[in-house]
Amino acid sequence: MALPQVKLDATEARLAALALPAGGSWITAAREAALARVREMGLPGRRDEYWKFTRPDTLVQPEAPKAALFSHDEAMPFLDLDRICVVFVDGVFDEEASDDLGAAGIEIERLAIAGAQDIHWARDLYGKLEEAGQNPVMRPLAALNTAFATDGVAIRVTGKAEKPVSLVYHHRSETSDAMLHHVIRLEQGAELTVLENGPAAARFNKVMEVDVADGATFHHVRTQGRDHERRAATHIFARLGTESVFKSFTMTANGVMTRNECVIELTGDDAVAHVAGAAMGDGDFHHDDTVFITHDAVNCESRQVFKKVLRNGATGVFQGKILVQPEAQKTDGYQISQSLLLDDDSTFLAKPELEIYADDVACSHGSTTGAIDEDMLFYLRARGVPLKRAQDLLVLAFLAEAVEEIENPALRESITVRLQGWLERHSH
Amino acid sequence: MLEIKNLHVQLEEEDKKILKGVDLTVEPGKVHAIMGPNGSGKSTLSYVLSGRDGYEVTEGTATLDGQDLLAMEPEERAAAGLFLAFQYPVEIPGVGNMTFLRTAVNAQRKARGQEEMSSTEFLKVIREKAKELQIDAEMLKRPVNVGFSGGEKKRNEILQMAMLEPRMCILDETDSGLDVDAMKLVSDGVNALRDEGRGFLVITHYQRLLNHIRPDVVHIMSNGRIVKTGGPELALEVEENGYADILGEAV
Ligand SMILES: Nc1ncnc2c1ncn2[C@@H]1O[C@H](COP(=O)(O)OP(=O)(O)OP(=O)(O)O)[C@@H](O)[C@H]1O
Ligand SMILES: [Mg+2]
Repeated sequence: MALPQVKLDATEARLAALALPAGGSWITAAREAALARVREMGLPGRRDEYWKFTRPDTLVQPEAPKAALFSHDEAMPFLDLDRICVVFVDGVFDEEASDDLGAAGIEIERLAIAGAQDIHWARDLYGKLEEAGQNPVMRPLAALNTAFATDGVAIRVTGKAEKPVSLVYHHRSETSDAMLHHVIRLEQGAELTVLENGPAAARFNKVMEVDVADGATFHHVRTQGRDHERRAATHIFARLGTESVFKSFTMTANGVMTRNECVIELTGDDAVAHVAGAAMGDGDFHHDDTVFITHDAVNCESRQVFKKVLRNGATGVFQGKILVQPEAQKTDGYQISQSLLLDDDSTFLAKPELEIYADDVACSHGSTTGAIDEDMLFYLRARGVPLKRAQDLLVLAFLAEAVEEIENPALRESITVRLQGWLERHSH
Repeated sequence: MLEIKNLHVQLEEEDKKILKGVDLTVEPGKVHAIMGPNGSGKSTLSYVLSGRDGYEVTEGTATLDGQDLLAMEPEERAAAGLFLAFQYPVEIPGVGNMTFLRTAVNAQRKARGQEEMSSTEFLKVIREKAKELQIDAEMLKRPVNVGFSGGEKKRNEILQMAMLEPRMCILDETDSGLDVDAMKLVSDGVNALRDEGRGFLVITHYQRLLNHIRPDVVHIMSNGRIVKTGGPELALEVEENGYADILGEAV
């Protein structure tokens, strides 16, 4: 089917501003295939159903809109953790600031290097989950990323990784336009935690493909936001084997435009996938969580917990779907998306969906929008807790269900501290 | 210490008058009880004194140790020493009991210019007081009032009162929903706090509580007014004959 002219023009205008990065034969083939996908799908437009609540214009336009740098002195998260740091500044690998990847104890390489080799394991993963994730809903920005990502990391773990891999993104140029693509493979029974933080660029397009083999466990904790004017479109694609575990948590504070898509396929029996998010926005904040979880196997569990705190006209979006295929009996699917509106100007738009073709399943979903409970607030104040503090306690309480999805206590604590910090900076 | 004069209160949302000229003075060291039929305005009085939204004071004053209560925020009233044990304590999912109480204790201390309680000291004190009220450690860890039985919620109110050591305590039907043993525990908790500097206003429907917490003065409230004031014998009279005689007399 031919694309509408407007979409075609917008797509070609964007592509004209990009060049396929050089690389070895396998990655070039993957990039060319992805580029063909982009041309076939066209980049997202305002009329697209999947972009009904979020305007894709600024994510698609040829030039990144200018974004001012972060102006207060909050420290970066995870500083006191023993971790393997991989640092990117405006999308460019910073060797100085990064740890020695050769001495990391796990296979970890830059994509730019992996892609230059003739043979590499990443060949079987790069762009593969992204391509599979284009059906039944198209995600053209992810295909664009596969085609044009300039760098990223390729991580392969066979045992229990001792330290988390910490991807640290800095934003130093007001007009940077970055694309990074990470591929992560956990072999049978492997364990790995990946952390991400930092604003990355004025405009950031990121894809992370995670292949979790049988019995493997993957944890992901990310903080994003910080530089308020930065824009981000991110995708996580995950494939889960038998008895594997995938848990991802994202905290977002600030950001005029964030679209986080998470696409998970449970392909092996008894697998567990949890995705959670806590977002806090003030003013012209726009945050979109779009999740698509497909159950293909028996007795799997999936859980989506998304909480948003919005004030001063901020907008939160949630599109979440659980698709249960006919063979996926005994599926346990849970999805909740809630917003706490701190004033009348803010908006929460939600589209929760269940599509179930198996008969023996337990799926529930719910979406609510509410204000701070006046009775709770009064109860706290009547005990002497000052208004602001009482509100903050209730906001944190609201976010708790999402934050509790982080299993590691130290990480959970560090996220809580950041949430508190944000609340203190943004007085009611 | 608590002085209420000609207090008239109506709802903010609708033109409904609830308190129609309440006069009441509680002296330090004294226990005053308020009884009265359902809907007579007892809880409303306690809410207005503690600063809940939704009410409009159209006439009259309320002061605590000479300070104008009605001009203060709820948290300022609490810091000034006012405490309300709620008729219906609120459940607050996601806020731990301990975090809540420690925040409250230290916020009040800070507001009064006192030093904050260290976490070790706080733990020691709260364990002691919780034990007296037979509140176990597991309950302290749970979110505020979440999953507590009716009686546990009331005991938790008294624990909060014991931790905050307020000067003026208002207890709104703290006895309702309590079994005999819990009633004894709660009363012991209240009696332990009785001293010369502290005043109590105990709202109840039952004489039974007043056997444990001996009041100095008993008031009968009806239709937004204190219609009769007397000694402990007034509560016995209500218990025996209901309100009909008293209200008949007062009209
Ligand atoms: N927010 C409100 N909206 C509507 N009516 C109210 C509100 N608050 C109080 N009232 C009314 O005011 C009157 C007094 O209520 P209040 O709760 O003070 O009575 P009470 O004496 O405590 O009764 P009880 O013994 O049943 O606890 C009642 O008629 C009640 O319905
Ligand atoms: Mg009442």
